[in-house]
Amino acid sequence: MEGISIQIVLTFTTILFFIGLYGFITRTNLIGILISLELMLNAEAVNFFVLNKYLFPGVLQGSVFSLFIIALAAAETALALAIIIQVYRMTGSVDVKEVKDLKH
Amino acid sequence: METILFYILMFIVIVSALLVVNTDKIYRAVLYLLFVLLGIAGIYFMLDYDFLGAVQLSVYAGGVAVLFIYVVMLTEKVGEPIRKIAPFRRMVAGITVILLMALALYAIWSFDFQEVTTKKEVTIREVGHALLSYEKNGFILAFEVISVILLAAMIGAIVIGRTKKSKR
Repeated sequence: MEGISIQIVLTFTTILFFIGLYGFITRTNLIGILISLELMLNAEAVNFFVLNKYLFPGVLQGSVFSLFIIALAAAETALALAIIIQVYRMTGSVDVKEVKDLKH
Repeated sequence: METILFYILMFIVIVSALLVVNTDKIYRAVLYLLFVLLGIAGIYFMLDYDFLGAVQLSVYAGGVAVLFIYVVMLTEKVGEPIRKIAPFRRMVAGITVILLMALALYAIWSFDFQEVTTKKEVTIREVGHALLSYEKNGFILAFEVISVILLAAMIGAIVIGRTKKSKR
């Protein structure tokens, strides 16, 4: 990508990451928290790839790890959504206020 | 021209991300998340990593977003706003996050990156060889671990999501 310096892209991913962090803190809905987590994971995947491409074009570490991040995020999302559905069955809500105990 | 397109993509992603964390209705948050994911895929395409862009489109925009939409429809009353925390707490969280962001941006802009001049495209062939190679710079172990993790996540999602009543 000509004309785009690495600082610009890193600034973009940093802003995206901290928007996700803000959502992670302020949301009280389990699905909302998970969505914010997706924002952060996406920002990090772009970060890995951009650092690889702009600084070390000879190796593939960053590119492959951004691929692994996507795979891990998909697995994590499937598990977390199964847990959320189960929480909804027990408490009738997906708000963090209702999730008080890990007994069941 | 491509530079302008890149800036437009970044702008769309940032605005959609802000809407994701600020909207009242969780269903809309998922739809804005879809815009973010598509924008990130566009950024991968513009950075010449077509394979990851395709993976992003198929896994995230195709799979994860649909999963989110289903779960929202199963658990939420679509259209009703969700509970929000008090404005004061939101403000404190916002200020904290902005301070942390300023710190990170200061670190990025004050560091002297040694950018290379020859950027080359990452091809699918290279990535495939690297994923299955067991020599130096090969990722066969990580690849196998990811496979096991995906299998475990699949079984775990089935076991957790099952109803208790279905005992035989």
